[in-house]
Amino acid sequence: MHNPPKRARIHNLNPAILALEDGSVFTGQAFGAASIRTGEVVFNTSLTGYQEIFTDPSYAGQIVVLTNPQIGNYGTNPEDSQSKPWIEGLITRELSPLVSNWRSEQDAGAFLSAAGIPIGSAMDTRTLVRRLRMRGVMRGCLSTLVEKGGGDPDELVARARKSPSMAGLDLATRVSAKDRYTWDEPVPRCSPSDLLDDPAPKRFRVAAYDFGMKRDILRQLAHRGCSLTVVPAGTSAEDVLALKPDGVFLSNGPGDPEPLDYQAAQVRKLIGKTPVFGICLGHQVLGLALGGKTYKLKFGHRGGNHPVLNKRTNKVEITAQNHGFAVDPDTLNASDVDLTHVNLNDQTLEGIAHRRYPVFSVQYHPEAAPGPHDSHYLFDEFVAMMEAK
Amino acid sequence: MPRRNDLKRILIVGSGPIVIGQACEFDYSGTQACKALRADGYETILINSNPATIMTDPELAHHTYVEPLTVEFAEEVIKRERPDALLSTVGGQTGLNLSVSLAEKGVLEKYGVELIGAKIEAIKKAEDRLLFKDAMRGIGLATPQSQLCRTVEAGEEFAKRIGFPLILRPSFTLGGTGGGIAYNDEELVEILERGIDLSPVGEVLIEESVLGWKEYELEVMRDTAGNAIIVCSIENFDPMGVHTGDSITIAPAQTLTDREYQMMRDAALACLREIGVETGGSNVQFAINPVDGRMVIVEMNPRVSRSSALASKATGFPIAKIAAKLAVGYRLDEIPNDITLKTPACFEPTIDYVVVKIPRWQFEKFPGAEPVLGTQMKSVGEVMAMGRTFKQALGKALRSLETGKSAAAETFDDTLIPTRLITPNPDRLPYIRHAFRIGWTVEQVRELTQIDPWFLTQVKEAVDLESTVILDKAGLVKAKRDGLSDAAIGRAHTKTADEVRALRKSLGVAAVFNRVDTCAAEFESFTPYLYSSYESECEAEPSDRKKVMILGSGPNRIGQGIEFDYCCCHAAYALEGFGVESIMVNCNPETVSTDYDTSDRLYFEPLTLEEVLNIYDTEKPDGAIVQFGGQTPLNLALPLKRAGVPIIGTAPENIDLAEDRKLFGKLLDDLQIPSPPNGTATSVEEACAVARKLGFPVLVRPSYVLGGRAMTIAYDEDTVRRYMQEATLFSQDRPVLIDRFLEDATEVDVDALSDTRDVLIAGIMEHIEEAGVHSGDSSCVLPPISLEAGALAKIEEYTVKLARALNVIGLMNVQYAIKDGTVFVLEVNPRGSRTVPYVSKATGIPLPKIAVGLMLGKTLEELKELTGGRVSGVLPVTKFFVKSPVFPFSKFPGVDPALGPEMRSTGEVMGVGESFGEAFAKAQLSAGTPLPDQGTVFFSVNDRHKEEAVALAKRFVEMGFKLAASRGTASVLKAAGLPVRTVFKVNEGRPNAVDLMKAAELQLVIYTTAGATSFSDEKAIRRNAIQARVPCITTISGARAAVEAIGSRRRDPVRVWSLQEIHSAGAVSEAKIASTVN
Repeated sequence: MHNPPKRARIHNLNPAILALEDGSVFTGQAFGAASIRTGEVVFNTSLTGYQEIFTDPSYAGQIVVLTNPQIGNYGTNPEDSQSKPWIEGLITRELSPLVSNWRSEQDAGAFLSAAGIPIGSAMDTRTLVRRLRMRGVMRGCLSTLVEKGGGDPDELVARARKSPSMAGLDLATRVSAKDRYTWDEPVPRCSPSDLLDDPAPKRFRVAAYDFGMKRDILRQLAHRGCSLTVVPAGTSAEDVLALKPDGVFLSNGPGDPEPLDYQAAQVRKLIGKTPVFGICLGHQVLGLALGGKTYKLKFGHRGGNHPVLNKRTNKVEITAQNHGFAVDPDTLNASDVDLTHVNLNDQTLEGIAHRRYPVFSVQYHPEAAPGPHDSHYLFDEFVAMMEAK
Repeated sequence: MPRRNDLKRILIVGSGPIVIGQACEFDYSGTQACKALRADGYETILINSNPATIMTDPELAHHTYVEPLTVEFAEEVIKRERPDALLSTVGGQTGLNLSVSLAEKGVLEKYGVELIGAKIEAIKKAEDRLLFKDAMRGIGLATPQSQLCRTVEAGEEFAKRIGFPLILRPSFTLGGTGGGIAYNDEELVEILERGIDLSPVGEVLIEESVLGWKEYELEVMRDTAGNAIIVCSIENFDPMGVHTGDSITIAPAQTLTDREYQMMRDAALACLREIGVETGGSNVQFAINPVDGRMVIVEMNPRVSRSSALASKATGFPIAKIAAKLAVGYRLDEIPNDITLKTPACFEPTIDYVVVKIPRWQFEKFPGAEPVLGTQMKSVGEVMAMGRTFKQALGKALRSLETGKSAAAETFDDTLIPTRLITPNPDRLPYIRHAFRIGWTVEQVRELTQIDPWFLTQVKEAVDLESTVILDKAGLVKAKRDGLSDAAIGRAHTKTADEVRALRKSLGVAAVFNRVDTCAAEFESFTPYLYSSYESECEAEPSDRKKVMILGSGPNRIGQGIEFDYCCCHAAYALEGFGVESIMVNCNPETVSTDYDTSDRLYFEPLTLEEVLNIYDTEKPDGAIVQFGGQTPLNLALPLKRAGVPIIGTAPENIDLAEDRKLFGKLLDDLQIPSPPNGTATSVEEACAVARKLGFPVLVRPSYVLGGRAMTIAYDEDTVRRYMQEATLFSQDRPVLIDRFLEDATEVDVDALSDTRDVLIAGIMEHIEEAGVHSGDSSCVLPPISLEAGALAKIEEYTVKLARALNVIGLMNVQYAIKDGTVFVLEVNPRGSRTVPYVSKATGIPLPKIAVGLMLGKTLEELKELTGGRVSGVLPVTKFFVKSPVFPFSKFPGVDPALGPEMRSTGEVMGVGESFGEAFAKAQLSAGTPLPDQGTVFFSVNDRHKEEAVALAKRFVEMGFKLAASRGTASVLKAAGLPVRTVFKVNEGRPNAVDLMKAAELQLVIYTTAGATSFSDEKAIRRNAIQARVPCITTISGARAAVEAIGSRRRDPVRVWSLQEIHSAGAVSEAKIASTVN
């Protein structure tokens, strides 16, 4: 009655080294692809959802440290991917040699390996995270080629220091789809007991800017009756409006929002013409479009447990987050913009809404994937805006 | 909504005595609630019958009632105190049930008391299985198919429809008492009959089996605004079919994807909303079919629970404390996170380590009970361990268990492997490990156990490593990171643990400590709550203050339970009072001692030499306290001392001396203190020879155990022989002690404080049962009621002599037996005892606090303000205080409930009264064995007791009782002119005494043992008395006490006293230093 347990192929027990720009060096065991990769080293505190993290385009350019020490236990499956694997590298305390889950089709090591991504396992992730928390995120270099000439810590530190800094980097354009495409698939069930409503019939046309789109955003919208046209990051407002959308969606994505002035300019043109909803980078772009400024957080928000107060309902939602930059609320014009959501951990801005137009955005991820489903209502609000138009 | 200012006085209901399924986790939750509400400015009133709890300390609540948890006594408390609200959710099932009864009987309405925490409708919807199922179906959540049955016939019909196996759960019972799994008609009828009987509403739920499914629990909190969070997810190692209290569990859940986990989270929150839990913590249990992911909701508890205590310790998120605050109106986002200080409690803890809980069973104490696990909880305690990985946590958890079996003595029978794997039992994990050791595959083990292959693979890898570990730096790092002990590493290389330790330290492989911080290091932690690992950075940050390490008592077990945790907590409070930093070491997640609020620094670690030395190396404390945690730290005392750890208080050598029969015998001779003739033996033949020399009956027991483990009274040589053959398993190479047993003696327990010069006797407790019944299983009374002045003087004299001779610094407990006017010393334990909390509550004098002062080098003279000015003599008490034990016999059908030298009670209660009778009556009521007011008393006593039986029978007749008696006893009673019905003994014919009990024609049984004879008859009567819930008294002194108690119940009004008013009368409590509660 059971699937036989699937044992991961342990490719090697070679050492792996992670070097940070401050000169710290962490050693562990190499899994995944044999490679040397640089990137901004960030940590995520989610207890579940490593596959969604691997495949979230917002992690482009980043080596991800997972604080949950046991990674890979439930393997990977085709439904949960948000895109293709985007992370530069994975750092974990213990990669599971064995996969146990009824939906699993491939183990996590092989999944990343196939995408050319290296894994540093058996690393002291807690010490690493404490360092990132205290000193801020840093550039790093992960080598799984230690025994093939890629094992000199000094050289790896130097490579980390030479790698590009995240600030000022337009990664959204890099990860965005090059061509527009349509999307109609609703949220799939993960179990016969999944408490999902049936998908609504298609009622709205939504144009969605792809700055690094996660698939579950598209699914949430499609589930609520949206037919989506996903457009590349460089699409003009005119081209978007030519699609005669009932609403425009601004996706999440990687990198610094500041270089996205073209995108901000397009969004500025859409305000007042059609309902607009933005998530994460989409929220930051909307912030820029509304005249605001963004800044870099010391070590960002990445995890599935951030409390956010919805100031309109005075209720707290537990949210999924993944961002290194934030919109500075003081730079927004209070007569235009209502600050709707705030992070209760550090009081940073989590959501805004235009006071006159059906335009709003949140810094966190209401689609979750991974994370709690407390904020799904935001998709309903977007649909309600389109309905009211 | 912020704090409710309309409430001023809040009544908190505790959970009563420690029983299986409801242990000291509710002292932890109740203590947190008392502290939180008091800190918030509420006047708090507490009712709890258990004196061994921290929560019943007079400093915790403003008004503390150690009184029976019944409607009549609770109403009396409400009448006197007039609370505005009652918090029902921190006292376990007992607290919840009493709250429901108070509401249903109209008491709450009558006195205008609002139920806070959970409303009556929500409690009913969650607790009534049918209402619950309907509610869940209404929101689209599946539950296993089921039917509520009030008759055996209804159950049989359901079984025909659904097929076997079936799960049976009686409604409204603790820890699933009376439940079980039926695989056939015969078992169905047996369990159903018992369940209908045990359920207070006569109902049993029969349910479709989801045996073998994956089992999960979520701990949820919700506030009045509807904000809800999951504090912790827990995955069971043992699949469905084993009570969650008997399952090995892991946090966080390990084998669910985010989608699947969030599906469960959504379901849990929907469940809470539907049940209508407005505020507080709840526990929701799920089962998932490992084949296709189908999920069913199994049950929910609308209150803090054993699992929420575990979740609190596992994450650092104090569920009960927050629940109390939510109950008085706070929102989750208005409460700060204690550990990070800067972030709110409104978030979901995330952890960067793995937590493993393993239950502790004691089937060996209940011969005749089948050591099989099912839906009824059987474990008496549990351990928790944290590690950076599952393997590390599992290794530490196994070490924390202290099974008492040395690794060498662990024997396995290969032919038993399939049975031990298929049917869940206490030895399943050891057998799984053994199976891997001899080459079984994960798939083979999974097929028999249905345990998730992820867990099994981890177990196998750890087992494999034991035989392949390499003794170089990399090999040792790997072994330590995978949770292997120095001893286990050494076994593969024939090295001792000490040698491995020295080797790895020379290679720089040393433990470091990580913090439990609720947030996986995302925010700074301001609370030193630590666990060991072999990572690269130590976060302990020890201070340079003067500091003392307290070694806790490990998992609860019979004989070493909450009383010792009580002492350890007080050690921490006392150290704070004396300006010394406290460092707590313990591995029991149920306790108050493992609350990070209790001590300055908390190390959640196994109590092994290896782990304690790791802490010592890091902290370098100025002293270690070993005399408060029971036998666990005492076993470590000498090795620790040898390793250079300064033990404060009585020297370990002197603690040891009291256990060494030869040295101790010589000491008694020197002091001219009589003791029963005795000897020691290490072999069967030697033991028989000693017994013959002493004369039967003899008491045989191993040295170095608590709770009379493996202790027996032998009336003949065969028993000695049988005993010796089994005893070697637990004796740990130490000799067996053999004493002449003093029949019909009166036993006395004494607790005393000593600074080596002055000796203050805190309490002289007279046992109600005669010597031979383990002191932990005997009711006792303060002050003594029948001892003559001469005997009391001797007891004082001997106690002082012993304390001085043993150079006792701190606490000492002495057991005496008085026979024919002679006072004999039975046992001396120069350490904190089981009775310390009871004596502290009765006298109003904080014994552990004074003991800590003594250990820090102060004298009794210097601590006079804590003792009411006394440095010698005996502390006075102003009322009668009776302590009575509570037994788990109903959980172990088929076991003979006769009392003996092996301790079997799990908990205790205290009764307070103006007379002995009143106090004893209350204690019996609290213990769940209330004495009857009327009806028929059955007498069957041995010849020695016949004269006294006549006197007692007369008093029963005067009080309007009818008499029945066995033939011999009846003829004596008739001869004395008493009307009596003669009843057959069990083997004489029918209807016999058992038949009458079953027909509810007997309300009280007085049955004294006649040595080793008529054994089967006694056993049948006692066992049936338990089942028929007829109080059964097995000693003549117990019968005497019962007469007093019944007299009081008929004479005295229902009255209650708070501890504060009892002790305010004397000068004693005036001088207490008020530093224990912050």
